[in-house]
Amino acid sequence: MTQTSEPFIRIDQVEKRYPARRGEGTLALDELTLSIDSGEFVSLLGPSGCGKSTLLSMVAGLTRPTRGDIAIGGRPIQAPYTELGMVFQSDLLLDWRTVIDNVLLQFEMRGIDPRGHREQARALIASVGLAGFEAKHPWELSGGMRQRVAICRALVHDPALLLMDEPFGALDALTREQIQLDLQRIWQSRRKTVLFVTHSIAEAVFLSDRVVVMTPRPGRIHAVLDIALPRPRDLAVRESAQFSAYVREVGHIFQALGVLK
Amino acid sequence: MTRDDRWRNAAWTILSFVLIIALWDLVVRVFHLPTYLVPSPGTVMGAGLEQWPLLLEQSLWTSGAILAGYLAAVLVAVPLGMLIVASPLLERLLYPPMVATQSIPKIALAPLFVVWFGFGIWPKVSVAFLIAFFPIVVDTIVGLRGIDPAMIQLARSMGAPRWRMFLKLRLPHALPSIFGGLKVASTLAVVGALTGEFIGSDRGLGYVLVQASGQLNTPLLFATLVVLSVIAMAFFYAIEVLERVCIPWHVSQRGHPV
Ligand SMILES: Nc1ncnc2c1ncn2[C@@H]1O[C@H](COP(=O)(O)OP(=O)(O)OP(=O)(O)O)[C@@H](O)[C@H]1O
Ligand SMILES: [Mg+2]
Repeated sequence: MTQTSEPFIRIDQVEKRYPARRGEGTLALDELTLSIDSGEFVSLLGPSGCGKSTLLSMVAGLTRPTRGDIAIGGRPIQAPYTELGMVFQSDLLLDWRTVIDNVLLQFEMRGIDPRGHREQARALIASVGLAGFEAKHPWELSGGMRQRVAICRALVHDPALLLMDEPFGALDALTREQIQLDLQRIWQSRRKTVLFVTHSIAEAVFLSDRVVVMTPRPGRIHAVLDIALPRPRDLAVRESAQFSAYVREVGHIFQALGVLK
Repeated sequence: MTRDDRWRNAAWTILSFVLIIALWDLVVRVFHLPTYLVPSPGTVMGAGLEQWPLLLEQSLWTSGAILAGYLAAVLVAVPLGMLIVASPLLERLLYPPMVATQSIPKIALAPLFVVWFGFGIWPKVSVAFLIAFFPIVVDTIVGLRGIDPAMIQLARSMGAPRWRMFLKLRLPHALPSIFGGLKVASTLAVVGALTGEFIGSDRGLGYVLVQASGQLNTPLLFATLVVLSVIAMAFFYAIEVLERVCIPWHVSQRGHPV
């Protein structure tokens, strides 16, 4: 991919080595270069331990690469980059806060008075189908509902970038499909850049503009697939020959890598 | 839990006490146990009523020592736990000596405290303090450390300074654990104060126990034990109520809304 203008996220020859007590440590990522344009939905697919979470945390500025640079909007990342929303596999909701207060944590942690943002939070909660649950506590919600709240918390301050690390990994298949549709809708209406980690090939193909396939550790980029399925995608897309072809292609790549046998 | 449920639970509790007392009475009668070994519930109650002014006054002394030692332990242990979590240097500096002091049986220190502080209330407060202190520190540390590292990552990505993470995340997260320590410590503080009174005192329920046992006044001994256990239970449940108010959201509390 050649680009003349600066991409939104530029990951340039990044290496990450975790030190160990003895020996030379774990080389998690090696020579990884990737550019992501503004508004793009990019998925990272790769075997467990190949450094996907590490890459996400380096993009967020929470971990420093041992070599190479990452820049967002042309500015190199030196400290935690805060103009983003993050969603993890576990929803990380606080049991002592209600749904709306969990969402508003985003403002409170930034030192912003959350009172001016209640309506906005309420509307967002309603938009993911949780109207009427604002005053409930997390333990009164199902796993899928909880993850929706976590997504609201990541979106409520309207960041340009969304980093999601296996956000739907713990959900059942049905909930997962619905929440994928919801995420696509949110992404389309708000035009966020999304960097999405998943273990599901179908999920990556369904949601993404591009699927980045990584090698086993040390993680490198093995292939990048452009997913040219028309948008918006509905569940019927999954039955299309084109969709199956992409899924099969990724499967073949994993076979070639020795990840699937 | 509805109001009805709560009444029903209270009824069961009362019933269980009634049964225990009835059984006690029965055993004393059937085996003709002499009063100086095991007095009947009626005799104990008689002794309690007869000595009521004494028991009440001495209870106040003992309760005072328990409370003072306990409060001092809370006020020192919780901040200390926070400091230890906040700074690895302080941890290395403070933790080993703290563990070392705990390896000395606190009861063995009581005579020393008598030498230092005399026969007043201070040796009792000191032993109660020392014995109640450790579980609170340990549980504070465990609670503050127990937060999911991903939560801290999330908070960092929100640009939160450390003090705000502490106030809004770590501290509330640690409260259930801290309350666990507070409850264990509450029963230990009673043991501590009483030990202090055994070793050297002319006041308090511990002193009454020593006197009663010296005179083979078993009914008074039993009556004192009953008063003591009432104090310890009241103390424990007071902390449970406080816990219910402070962390109604915690799993352990959800069955029992305030
Ligand atoms: N904090 C750390 N200290 C030491 N090694 C680490 C640390 N975090 C990750 N690693 C190592 O780096 C490698 C990549 O880890 P990472 O969590 O990024 O993988 P992943 O692709 O997200 O895996 P998964 O799909 O299982 O989540 C692993 O081998 C892991 O053991
Ligand atoms: Mg991971």
